[in-house]
Amino acid sequence: MPSATLLGQSIVSGLLAGGLYSLLALGLSLSWGLLRLVNLTHFALALLGAYLTYQLGHVFHVAPWLAAAAIVPAFFLIGVALHAVFAYFRVAEFASLLVTFGLAVILESLIQWFWTADYRRYETAYATMSIRVGPLFIPTLEMLACLTAVVLAFATWAWLRFTYVGKALRASAEDPAMAAAFGVNHRAQAFLLSGVSAAYAGIAGTYIALIATLAPSQIWTWLGVVFAVVIIGGLANPIGALLAGLLIGVSESVTMAVVTPAWAPLVSFSVLILILILRPGRV
Amino acid sequence: MAVRTFGRRSVLSAIFLFSFATTAWAAPSGQPIRIGGTLALTGGLAPTALLHKIAGEIFVEELNKGNGLLGRPVEWVLLDDQSKPDLTRSLYEKLITVDKVDLIIGPYATSGILAAMGVAQRYNKVYVHHSFGMPHLAKYEMHFPTASFGPEPQKSIPTTVFESLAATSKPPKSVAIVTSKFPSAQYQSSGAKEIAEKRGLKVALYLEYEFGTRDWGSLAARVKDANPDLVWIGALGLDGNQLLEAMKKLDYTPPRHFHLFPAPGPLAVAPDGKNALSVTVFEEHPPFTNNPGAAKLIPLFHDRAVKANVPYPHVETQVAGSWAAWQVLEAAVTATKSLDDKAMAQWLRKNRVDTVIGKLRFDGPNNYGDDLFKVKQVQDGKWVVVWPREFTAPGARLLPP
Repeated sequence: MPSATLLGQSIVSGLLAGGLYSLLALGLSLSWGLLRLVNLTHFALALLGAYLTYQLGHVFHVAPWLAAAAIVPAFFLIGVALHAVFAYFRVAEFASLLVTFGLAVILESLIQWFWTADYRRYETAYATMSIRVGPLFIPTLEMLACLTAVVLAFATWAWLRFTYVGKALRASAEDPAMAAAFGVNHRAQAFLLSGVSAAYAGIAGTYIALIATLAPSQIWTWLGVVFAVVIIGGLANPIGALLAGLLIGVSESVTMAVVTPAWAPLVSFSVLILILILRPGRV
Repeated sequence: MAVRTFGRRSVLSAIFLFSFATTAWAAPSGQPIRIGGTLALTGGLAPTALLHKIAGEIFVEELNKGNGLLGRPVEWVLLDDQSKPDLTRSLYEKLITVDKVDLIIGPYATSGILAAMGVAQRYNKVYVHHSFGMPHLAKYEMHFPTASFGPEPQKSIPTTVFESLAATSKPPKSVAIVTSKFPSAQYQSSGAKEIAEKRGLKVALYLEYEFGTRDWGSLAARVKDANPDLVWIGALGLDGNQLLEAMKKLDYTPPRHFHLFPAPGPLAVAPDGKNALSVTVFEEHPPFTNNPGAAKLIPLFHDRAVKANVPYPHVETQVAGSWAAWQVLEAAVTATKSLDDKAMAQWLRKNRVDTVIGKLRFDGPNNYGDDLFKVKQVQDGKWVVVWPREFTAPGARLLPP
């Protein structure tokens, strides 16, 4: 049996890893749930955000927080532009999977062309900083990423639940014809939501640059687990995505500590299958 | 009469020398010899495969600046296998049957090499490759490896590493082995476990993780919990860096850490990489640089790697192994004066080839020859060989923790 410290440290590690999963899942969950677009470009955008943070920091010595301040609005515009393309070509839910896969591959190639396939690491003074709580260590950057995920999840939930735009978006997703009859301009709001989703990818990207090692193929590293988070959390459910991310993060991490690390990837998909069996109709 | 004979001889000699010179230094001409191969230009193995690409490009350019092969220019038909063994297999099939290349050269890394080996075998092609880590699986009689760790790397590499550490003032008493499930890394690391136990080292921890793991925190916590004298990291690419960084976040630095197949640059320059250990067949210092081929390769590679934005633009084990593979192929063609695969294979099995990493032979089990691997260590931000003593960098020694 692992020691209490090892188990505690694994839970901390899992919660923090889960925070990053949630951060990546938020935008995907929104676009899939409310726009009916399975947007694989989201992963490519997150990695592009990471590379831009790296480039701004490594080459131009721009602090990551300032880099994020530039990247997030830029990505919002990219999200709006992408949605304009999807809307123009009337991309449907299933077709979006193929179209955005193609776009993600193009973005991966562009990233590789510019930054090469070699690994990039954004070295910062605070990369290895941790806060000590008794025998446990909480890595600062991962903690910030997790806190950001919590704040964004609750803010997005409140936005969808209490604002007119949020209610309109949910109504359009539920019954577009009825929502339109009540004067909801779904088209305009879809642009806004697409921009917000892409901006979330930018935020996730900034943290990925600070936490992980960058390589163009990493676009696909997160795909499986983030899809599991989105489905387990429920489409367009920000709090669900947050909790699912934390659940999967902790499950994987505890598996690594108690059983063997090789089993960790099985956990997210086992949880997904279990939930789909027990509660079908989540997609 | 004598004068006339001398005159004729002189004229004949002059004609012979002139014709020899024009043949020897003429630009290659005629139909190019096409050498087909794939590399992981994208995907998880791409960062290291990039080094092989640069090495291959330089080699082919240098060949064509000279006399090419058999006086003909050489064309490298390079395809992207996306780090996928299944795709690698199909691409080699295409190279041989559709593109009809004259020769083939192996891709990067064990799984891809093994996948293409079956294709090479089906078409009886000589198959020179540079990075295959599981010799016992290489049953094809016309494959020729330049990853020169002998026929049993799962024994020879750990033995060399543990021997080098045993010779220090503070030999390790316990080891934690953390390895990727990437085939060659897992294979050699499981061998390290056996060798460690045989040598009386306590194996405090043995962990296998999936290639592409994201959560290093839990792995780091387990290593810290085991508190070994040495961490054997059976990793590829930057896995080792990430594990060291995760351990640092837990306020833990292992006394010693060995990395099996690291991306050479990032580990050398990272603060956590101080005193990291690994294995190599070539580093940029004597006695390796005494090889005339190395003297030519180093500046060329450095120049090209800097232009390609490679963070560690130095010739090390990957680049040298790749260069050696091209040298083996060139030697076989030149010696047999043909592109006949069987003739080349026969010649390679009977002869040693002088390469940048040393003289290679292919007459051992499964065509593997001598174990040429040495132990290297990061010292002052650069890799230097520290074991065995006759190969150590000038003034270097294996630093204790």
